[in-house]
Amino acid sequence: MSFRERLQSWRYNLVPDHVVGEILTKRWTDNAIPFLALVATLATFGSIIPGFFKLTALQESTRQLGEFSMVVTGMTVVMLGGGIDLSVGSIFALSCFSAVYVFFILEQSVWLALAASLATGLIFGAINGYLVGYLRLRAFLTTLVTFIFGRALFDILVTTYAADVQLSTATSDVLDFIGDSTFWGLSVSVWLAIILAIITHIALTRSRPGWHVLAVGGSRRSAHNAGIRVRRTVFMTYVFSGFCASIGGFLIACRLSGAGPGTGLNLEIMALTAAVVGGVSLGGGRGSVIKGLMGAIIVLTMTNGLIRLGYGTGTNQMVLGIMLAVAVTIDIRWLKNRHKVLNEVYVAPVYLKMGETQSAAPGSGTPYELDNRLSAANHIGLGELEGPEDVILDRADNLYCGTRHGEIVRFFAPDYVRSEVFAHIGGFPLGLAFDKSGNLISCVGAMGLYSVSPDREVKRLSAETSRSWTSIVDDARLRDPNDCDIAPDGRIYFTDSTKRYDAHDWALDSIENRATGRLLVYDPKDGSTKTLLDGYRYTNGVCMAHDGKSLFFAESWACRVHRYWLEGPKAGTAECVIRDMPGYPDNINRASDGNYWMAWLGMRTPSFDLSLRHPDMRKRMTRRLPQDEWLFPNINTGGVVKFNEKGGIVEAMGDLTGGAHPMVTSMREHKGYLFVGGILNNRIGRYKISGADPNWTSPASYWGAKP
Amino acid sequence: MNTIGWPNFRSLNQEGIVFAIAVVLFVAAAIGLPGFIDPNNLVAIVRSVSVLGILALGMAVVIIGRGIDLSAVAIMAMSVAWYLQLLNSGTPDGLAFAYVLAGVLAIGLLNGFLVAYADVPAIFVTLATGSFVFGYVRSQLITQDAVPVPQGHWVELLGGLRFLDIPIEVFVFAGLAFLFFLFLRYTKWGRYIYFAGDNPAAARNIGIPVRPMLVLRYVLSALVALIAGLLTAASLHSINTRVVNSTLLYDIVLVAVIGGIGLSGGRGGVRNVLVGAALIGILLNAMTIIDIPLLTQNLIKAAILLGAIIVDGIINPRDEQTAQQGDI
Repeated sequence: MSFRERLQSWRYNLVPDHVVGEILTKRWTDNAIPFLALVATLATFGSIIPGFFKLTALQESTRQLGEFSMVVTGMTVVMLGGGIDLSVGSIFALSCFSAVYVFFILEQSVWLALAASLATGLIFGAINGYLVGYLRLRAFLTTLVTFIFGRALFDILVTTYAADVQLSTATSDVLDFIGDSTFWGLSVSVWLAIILAIITHIALTRSRPGWHVLAVGGSRRSAHNAGIRVRRTVFMTYVFSGFCASIGGFLIACRLSGAGPGTGLNLEIMALTAAVVGGVSLGGGRGSVIKGLMGAIIVLTMTNGLIRLGYGTGTNQMVLGIMLAVAVTIDIRWLKNRHKVLNEVYVAPVYLKMGETQSAAPGSGTPYELDNRLSAANHIGLGELEGPEDVILDRADNLYCGTRHGEIVRFFAPDYVRSEVFAHIGGFPLGLAFDKSGNLISCVGAMGLYSVSPDREVKRLSAETSRSWTSIVDDARLRDPNDCDIAPDGRIYFTDSTKRYDAHDWALDSIENRATGRLLVYDPKDGSTKTLLDGYRYTNGVCMAHDGKSLFFAESWACRVHRYWLEGPKAGTAECVIRDMPGYPDNINRASDGNYWMAWLGMRTPSFDLSLRHPDMRKRMTRRLPQDEWLFPNINTGGVVKFNEKGGIVEAMGDLTGGAHPMVTSMREHKGYLFVGGILNNRIGRYKISGADPNWTSPASYWGAKP
Repeated sequence: MNTIGWPNFRSLNQEGIVFAIAVVLFVAAAIGLPGFIDPNNLVAIVRSVSVLGILALGMAVVIIGRGIDLSAVAIMAMSVAWYLQLLNSGTPDGLAFAYVLAGVLAIGLLNGFLVAYADVPAIFVTLATGSFVFGYVRSQLITQDAVPVPQGHWVELLGGLRFLDIPIEVFVFAGLAFLFFLFLRYTKWGRYIYFAGDNPAAARNIGIPVRPMLVLRYVLSALVALIAGLLTAASLHSINTRVVNSTLLYDIVLVAVIGGIGLSGGRGGVRNVLVGAALIGILLNAMTIIDIPLLTQNLIKAAILLGAIIVDGIINPRDEQTAQQGDI
């Protein structure tokens, strides 16, 4: 290995580049930026201002925070629904005035004051909601105007009644309690804010109305087409916002025992900034109550901190303006470019030096030497089939295969002309196997392990395994279940080819070449799924050895076949039995003569082998070139290889014309014939094997002669 | 189908309605209110809407291009306040003006850049920059809310200029309106604004430099705001930065929207601004003569603006097919 290659292998195999992409796929990365901003803000002001974290100081700011975060919660819900509510400041002020008016001037009870507050907020919110939701006016301008309207009304009311409020002698213990006291160390307003936040969070994430809000915000037209009452949902978000703002207004009325011209001033831009800084997306659909709360804390800490540091008039607006501009820009750019960034960094190729291989060229004289025999195969279902990855025959000689459309198709013996859809599963049925009682077990790409009973009942056996501790992507989910086989005790051994890509992105997995393939076992007794082996480069075909004490499985991108021991002294371990083949192995199945058939989905090429030693080049390739110009494994030539128990190659055959079976992903021997399938082929081939046992069938080989 | 009986309301556009209302109001006020029809009062009406109208011209160009500029008032007040502060603290006039001009251009460019190239909705950009401009100038560059014009400065002289007994700002408004009219109607770039406002994607596809022109519009709006600010300072001999927190901004939007410039872009022109300004001018003047308190005037203006937006929403309904997700 040259020094350059050693450096490359260190750089690309030891530095976990793939982690970046995996982290970016996580939804919680959206929370990371606001959270860091929160920590930075608290740390900065905490260290600059002496006594910032003192209890008394905190008490006062948290009281304010309680009121403010309620308003932000309302704003968050409106924004999640795709709108915006600039009138929260006015609603806040008017509700505050309503409470003050009822309590101090009409001298009614606190509860009546609360009712007046809530009624004010709900009515105001309903007006907004009607205008924006039902009349479909522009949310921003409409609420801006209702904001001015409400503000003008409030100014008139406050100047008219200010003196009366001053002279009022009404007092109440309840009012003082709500306004001033604490409960387990936290003020009433904070408790209320926490309760409101929790309820809202649960409603948004766990209830139908909440999902409707998110759906409408995510895509209004789709929500409408899905039958959601979009207008009513939008209406309700504004009513809710009005409700939240009115509670805030009531609380400040209790705290200050009055309403002044400054009540709720600039609250709308603060609430808006808080929501956006917290990471609630403009335009709806993305965000959460928690994000809104983080934003609220950031904004309030900033503005209060600046006041306490003694900066003059206008500083607040300056800082709010900067925060709003920066946050909105980051939000928009992040939303727009996140998937681009993800595409750029997700593919993280590793270095691999493939071993020297023997030639498979005709006339080379090696055991791998391919010939043209498969081109003589008869066609079954030509033009009717799309993607028979695996083929299998039952005891009645009927032929089954999966198709790209998520179906399992049955061809009837003896001529295999007539066919029917045996079962519809969805996904992409790949590996097939019959169990002892005649159920058809299938690895369904992108879905999991499924069982189809003889009377066509489809049942899911497994869709997940246990999650590993260190993996960032959710590796509990089966992403690409590929082939399965069944041990004599009924346990189903199957492979999951990759953790990082979906089944149809297998080419990307080959380019990345990261070893994330697994061998798993499903136990029908208790329905559990366990991971047996991990860290192979695209685990593929599985085949139980004739004696049932071990199994073979293929590792496609490494061109190797391994043997995994179920019993005996080496139970639970795997050993490599064939290495450095010239082709990429796919499914493995039993042969009548005690050997094994193995399909080659494609052939190694010197160019791709070379590119595996240049991960940097492959990375650039996936970033800069369109997909159809990528270099990836050659799948235009495949073949069928027979190997023995020891891993020795017995024979190989292929279709060198490429006319009928260029790529072979599976083959099944049955009564002297070999049935050949290919995942990108449009037919199944039926090839007469010379000298094969004309009575041997796979079900009999597995489960004995007919019971 | 035109049948006898009902006039065809569909053919009435908003501009027509507003113009009719303005005429009716004018006639009613002329008959009902003493002193309304007096020439001095009429000049006062025109004068009172001049600055508003100038700002509305800038806003109109931005709105026609499917944008909005909520930072206009902040730029207007704060740029002039800074200019006067610089003059008062002894900076040479030319240098001070160069500073201010550069600042105004920078804010216009920033608005335009964020809207055009960062794809941030105009409403948020200008809300944020407006807040920033006010906050920055107020806290860092000037010392008090109101900044007076220095004695004998040309801005003060400007305020005293009269032509045919009509204050100079009326002529500035008329001149600017004429220039904007020529620009929007007869120049290639003016027409492009309509195309870009009507359908930005299509405009871009036929090769119009949509994004640079977007930047240009915000710069234009900022410069118009500077002119309006200078005229305000000229007539009042000082500039009060508290105007930023007043309802002036909404009056500007009111003038543009009520005149019939659709907020969805691509529609309207200078005539709509004039009609809108006329209505607002008459209304404000009449309310002042009747002696309605300022706070109540705000309430009435807000109600009218709300009505205007509702009518705008009904006459120019939002196109659900071309409206983008997140277009709020």
